Amino acid sequence: MPEPDRAVLARRAEIVAALRRIVPGEGVIDKASELRAFECDGLTAYRQPPMVAVLPDTTGQVVEVLRYCAANGVKVVPRGAGTSLSGGALPLADGVLLGMGKFNRILEIDVANRCVVAQPGVTNLGITHAVQGLGLYYAPDPSSQIACTIGGNVAENSGGVHCLKYGLTTNNVIGIELVTIDGEILRLGGKHFDASGFDLLGVTVGSEGMLGVVTEVTVRILPKPLGARALLIGFSSVESAGDCVAGVIGAGIIPGGMEIMDRLAVEAAEAFVHARYPLDAAALMIVELDGCEAEVDHLVAEVEAIALQNGATSCRSSRSEEERLLFWAGRKAAFPAVGRISPDYYCMDGTIPRREIGRVLRRIQQMEGEHGLRCANVFHAGDGNLHPLVLYDANRPGELDRAEAFGADILRLCVEVGGVLTGEHGVGVEKRDLMGTMFTELDLNQQQRLKCAFDSESLLNPGKVFPQLCRCAELGRMHVHAGQLRFPDLPRF
Amino acid sequence: MSTLQPSDARETAEIVAWAAAEGRSLEIVAGGTKRALGRPVKPEHVLDLSRLAGIVAYEPAELVLTAGPGEPLATIAAALAAKGQMLAFEPPDWRSLLGSSGEPTLGGAIACNLAGSRRVRAGSARDYLLGFSAVNGFGETWKAGGKVVKNVTGYDLAKLQAGAYGTLSALTEVTVKVTPKPETSCTLVLHGLADEVAIPMLAQALNSPFEVSGAAHLPAAAARRSRVGGVSVGLAAATLLRLEGPRPSVAYRADALEALLGRGARLDDWETEVFWAELGSVRPLLAPGARIVWRLCPTPSRAASLAQACLTALRSAEVVFDWGGGLVWLCLDEGEAGADGAASVVRPAMKSAGGHATLIAAPEAVRGSTPVFEPLESAVARLSARVKSGFDPRHILNPGRMQEGW
Repeated sequence: MPEPDRAVLARRAEIVAALRRIVPGEGVIDKASELRAFECDGLTAYRQPPMVAVLPDTTGQVVEVLRYCAANGVKVVPRGAGTSLSGGALPLADGVLLGMGKFNRILEIDVANRCVVAQPGVTNLGITHAVQGLGLYYAPDPSSQIACTIGGNVAENSGGVHCLKYGLTTNNVIGIELVTIDGEILRLGGKHFDASGFDLLGVTVGSEGMLGVVTEVTVRILPKPLGARALLIGFSSVESAGDCVAGVIGAGIIPGGMEIMDRLAVEAAEAFVHARYPLDAAALMIVELDGCEAEVDHLVAEVEAIALQNGATSCRSSRSEEERLLFWAGRKAAFPAVGRISPDYYCMDGTIPRREIGRVLRRIQQMEGEHGLRCANVFHAGDGNLHPLVLYDANRPGELDRAEAFGADILRLCVEVGGVLTGEHGVGVEKRDLMGTMFTELDLNQQQRLKCAFDSESLLNPGKVFPQLCRCAELGRMHVHAGQLRFPDLPRF
Repeated sequence: MSTLQPSDARETAEIVAWAAAEGRSLEIVAGGTKRALGRPVKPEHVLDLSRLAGIVAYEPAELVLTAGPGEPLATIAAALAAKGQMLAFEPPDWRSLLGSSGEPTLGGAIACNLAGSRRVRAGSARDYLLGFSAVNGFGETWKAGGKVVKNVTGYDLAKLQAGAYGTLSALTEVTVKVTPKPETSCTLVLHGLADEVAIPMLAQALNSPFEVSGAAHLPAAAARRSRVGGVSVGLAAATLLRLEGPRPSVAYRADALEALLGRGARLDDWETEVFWAELGSVRPLLAPGARIVWRLCPTPSRAASLAQACLTALRSAEVVFDWGGGLVWLCLDEGEAGADGAASVVRPAMKSAGGHATLIAAPEAVRGSTPVFEPLESAVARLSARVKSGFDPRHILNPGRMQEGW
């Protein structure tokens, strides 16, 4: 992280007092013991208590806090529920942590316009709970959905097991209210389709809290599918499971969810939740098909046939809702299940072209030997999003470093085969230094110029996503020398 | 003015770098079918990207296609159809609307973020742009996004590039997500509904679990112009709901939707294709003499009252509803529209309908003197200007296409 600014730290008491004038009472936290609650997010390997935490409960307070910080050169890290797996909400020693948890109300359920307007601190599942009585739901379902907030989902462009069919957060958020570091309130999008001008909403979603602070979110809600059935399919190799994925999609079927777990993940999950997973399989696939009964039954039969053509060693389809949920129970508990067989694990999140699944998993197996650590694999097979879980013990000297080196090797491999560093967890602090494997300096400069348009002093969540801090003045300069460029010799008409 | 026609990304970068150094403005075109869309550009040179064509990679099982921006949509559609796939955002053909000829391209559809009737279910072009390479106004070649269907690495600049009308960077390569083509489709047609009855019914259908992928309403005059008999037959208003998917599913859902909304006529697979293509291009359904066309995107539930406000104020006006009311096409006579294209009526009506209005078809003089796009709130406008400068500080790429001044 950037070196803490001593001048800012020296003014800590003055800053705290100023923030207390904006957010009275318990909304400003400056005691070391209480600040420890904010010292990390879901990426627990990185910890840093903030200089001070502020928990505003009105947009007006957010505006005032940001204006004060901008005027006084104080850095700000926004935070929702703190479930980020990439360190997106990791505080700064010389920064204000802006906790949005008090923004926890659903403001409007607008069925006629198929949307819900919510404050950013409402949980992802809270939105579905608010509308499920009407037969509606909010589609993106990150596995942290009980706890994670919709504001955090906007910051990270969160996914989930259903996003192959229903899209990521960006495809399901239609409007936001955003406060910039200068304290300006922007309304981007709304209940209407698209918007005039540049798609500033689209570029804010997934910007990891670096462009502004979200104070209101309008999301699309969808009718709940009439029904769903799941298939539990065993394969003797991960390659055949991968071929089956290609076969299903090649047949024109987009399942509601399509997951693969490797042997180690299956063993851990089965020992934990007893979902009756086949323990002899090298890879286990869960395919969920949703829609009306006629469609689901038709597609279950098609997927069964494709699985058998691809050498499935076992295939069961759910006959009841209870059985469907049982099939999922092991997958949904995969992370804690792995937590039972290892003191610590490090969850990676690369995406690869699906055709590379077999090759990548073989390479990961080789890397287990090279790094002397085990790795369990679960992944969203439908969209090629891998979640290798590197097992380690933080109490053993050097193991965390080896786990991180192993993880970095996996992500480099993802990029090498044509994939990307992160499918849904975000770059944060975790993958920041790997950005250069995927992007050139010019690519990163262009991203940073966008940042400069929103936050020219780099006060919002600095140190995340980019290996280097913004140099806005330098990036804005036009390095051209008229007359020295060769006029291209091109066909002209 | 000359037309510069690079044959690859490197030549494109050289041209833009030269233009940047000399401060020369460029109008970016490929098929040239949408040059009349947006504010008129008065460039010093034309940058024609039509030779940056060809399908670079297409892997049906990955649901990913990479092509040059100049690749015609028709050839892409054909390549996809051969593998049972399609572009889900259903890019509409606006040639008759804009009075243009030539071949619409992938780059053009992305640059203008166009989508057809499936918008209500599948999203717009911006939702399918996975990654791209481009040349910015510094003359630098850069890329963003990736070539896989799920990616959150770095800012989502694909969203910004889509719908920027070529004012931020010139595309040199485009990667889009493609989807399987539904096995079959049908359309349920209900005749004779008033606008204010039809719009809530479209919302009810979209909120049902029967997966409606098109929700439109044609008042009688528009319905009568359709070349699909099942739409024009009643000489009355037609409310249309499209269902797509596997055969047994579509059959079940059509029955279920009728049980919910009332019995209607049905268009088969072929008639469905013809009708929704006709609606996408929209011109055939509008009054032939009405040359001024607005595209209104209100809060869907306010579509009927918005239309009523416009129809009451403008004698020659007609409307067509798509996107469950989220899209209202408004056409009227040039004479009645006057020098501002009737903006003085449309803009205030739009304000109370919560959305945005775009003047799509109008003489160049009108588009040059009245804002074509919904004017932005001042804070958003200032931020947008800073964003523009971060990509194209000298304002050489399609200057004036979206906003006066840049």
